[in-house]
Amino acid sequence: MPEKLNIIESTACPLPVENIDTDQIIPARFLKATKREGFGENLFRDWRYNADGSTREDFVLNHKKYSGKILVAGRNFGCGSSREHAAWAIYDYGFSVVVSSFFADIFRNNSLNNGLLPVQVSDSFLQILLTAIQAEPETEIRIDLEKQTISIGETGQSESFGISSFKKLCLMNGYDDIDFLVSLKDEIHVFEEKTGRC
Amino acid sequence: MSKTLFDKVWDAHIVKQVDDGPDVLYIDRHYIHEVTSPQAFAGLEKRGLTVLRPERIVATADHNVPTLDQHLPIRNELSRLQVETLITNCRKHGIGLYGLNHPYQGIVHVIGPELGFTLPGLTIVCGDSHTSTHGAFGCVAFGIGTSEVEMVLASQCIMQPKPKSMRISISNRLGKGVTAKDLVLYVISKLSAGGGTGHFIEFAGEAIRALSMEERMTICNMSIEMGARGGMIAPDETTFSYVKSREFAPKGAEFDSAVEAWKQLKSDEDALFGQEFTFDASDIAPMITYGTNPGMGIKISSAIPDEDEVLPNDRKGLGKALAYMNFERGKPIAGTSVNYVFVGSCTNGRIEDIREFAGFVKGKKKAANVTAWIVPGSKQVEKQAEEEGLLRILEDAGFALRQPGCSACLAMNDDIIPSGEYCVSTSNRNFEGRQGPGARTLLASPLTAAAAAVTGRITDPRTFL
Repeated sequence: MPEKLNIIESTACPLPVENIDTDQIIPARFLKATKREGFGENLFRDWRYNADGSTREDFVLNHKKYSGKILVAGRNFGCGSSREHAAWAIYDYGFSVVVSSFFADIFRNNSLNNGLLPVQVSDSFLQILLTAIQAEPETEIRIDLEKQTISIGETGQSESFGISSFKKLCLMNGYDDIDFLVSLKDEIHVFEEKTGRC
Repeated sequence: MSKTLFDKVWDAHIVKQVDDGPDVLYIDRHYIHEVTSPQAFAGLEKRGLTVLRPERIVATADHNVPTLDQHLPIRNELSRLQVETLITNCRKHGIGLYGLNHPYQGIVHVIGPELGFTLPGLTIVCGDSHTSTHGAFGCVAFGIGTSEVEMVLASQCIMQPKPKSMRISISNRLGKGVTAKDLVLYVISKLSAGGGTGHFIEFAGEAIRALSMEERMTICNMSIEMGARGGMIAPDETTFSYVKSREFAPKGAEFDSAVEAWKQLKSDEDALFGQEFTFDASDIAPMITYGTNPGMGIKISSAIPDEDEVLPNDRKGLGKALAYMNFERGKPIAGTSVNYVFVGSCTNGRIEDIREFAGFVKGKKKAANVTAWIVPGSKQVEKQAEEEGLLRILEDAGFALRQPGCSACLAMNDDIIPSGEYCVSTSNRNFEGRQGPGARTLLASPLTAAAAAVTGRITDPRTFL
């Protein structure tokens, strides 16, 4: 069961690259595990490390000045494969929120099912956010899930974001879809009978 | 009210609608494989739940299996454990498994249709984004994550907000040497890698109607590469004759009455789509990708584009992509020396693809510099290739057929393209490192792959036709 989410206040890591696909987030060769834990180690593996295992100093997660629970990334984040390992890796690394101006569908669902909040903002707000973080890495970003707002500490600039009220309820209370679906057992059975499926 | 094909299939599967939330959708077929299912079964057990409808699940091992010496134990310990975990989970829950060495084993999206599990009008999910393939039969089929696999195991249902609808119509017919793969790469290059996000896409028009089922599967398979949840094509006589006599498809009178119902699966004439696009098949030529997302495709006769020639979405990333691919703006892509060719995957690993490749290389020889991996999509494809004499043609031309699996499409097994090498690949993704760290993927059709395999360079296959 995911942890309950509501207010997240943290510094952030800027990754202004567009179309970041799930093969970059977690390459296929690290999907061989049969457990959910430990994928954070290989998050952005080939951007974070050289082939010989040494760290790539030019990559944002290796910059000492950036840290925090919020990843801010370019448009069309999480495109590609359905591997939930991508959401697990980001969460396992220590992020609670990914901010982008556009998310791929499956990645968005996978995140919501794991207590990782995808916050979709406008392209212009994303630019403001990235500029603020890059100018001052200590910038605090505040995300209020109940009010559905994201705001930038010093300047107070803010924007609201969308989320279905069902998913919001799930995230704020740590519920997941499986509990709900299992509670519908009788209705599912009625559907099967009505449509000749059993 | 008028409905699209997508509306008809989706709406017929709604068990419950949640206020300002997702629909609870009933799932007719659930395909599973070794990589995205173990954590779902573990989660189910942790909650003390069981599998609700094991008879609706079909399992196979494909993503992580070797494509040589499949009769031997898998050498990689982690890969072996994943495959063994699948066997254990299927046994425990009474799920039909077409695992390694089974005569029906293969890539999940190849065996589903081949065995007649995929039928028009069904809802189908799998923990794999290329589940969109099955939309070629008029199914609502989409990829899901592992938590969602767990949901479907537990309840045979999934919770999804209803996607929007889009129609892409292709007028006229494809020219000689231009394939379904070129068609879909062309469409993605026009609409971008994110252009279909949030949508189910219906493919329609004369060019689509003229395609075989294998070709239609290639198109729907790649709809996820536009970000779409899925692609769909209305079933017709081509569909019905493909499905007829498949092992697990209905037979006799049952089949006939199913066909009558399937004939209703089409968009009403006045149905409205959220978005509509039309393209002309006569403008489509053999395509190849030059960059690091599937939207970065060009006609094989074109030069590597400049910033002002690419889609706005790709402008910022062009420099990074070209640096990774070692391509220069303005230089022709044809003629680039290529040392690797991969034919296979759920996109182009079906019998027609192997036939097309073999037909092209017949009487020619593999270029000395080329390492070619020809990987059938299933054991049945492998068997058919042998029965049709394709294996002999391939061997005479210096090629060999490997054993079925996802292979170098995602390089989870040992089929890894070395760093820095170009690979003309019939697969679906050209992301950085997709085929191995540092590997440079050039997506293309089986014909273009064949032309590269015999010339050792990127070559327009039409020059040989």
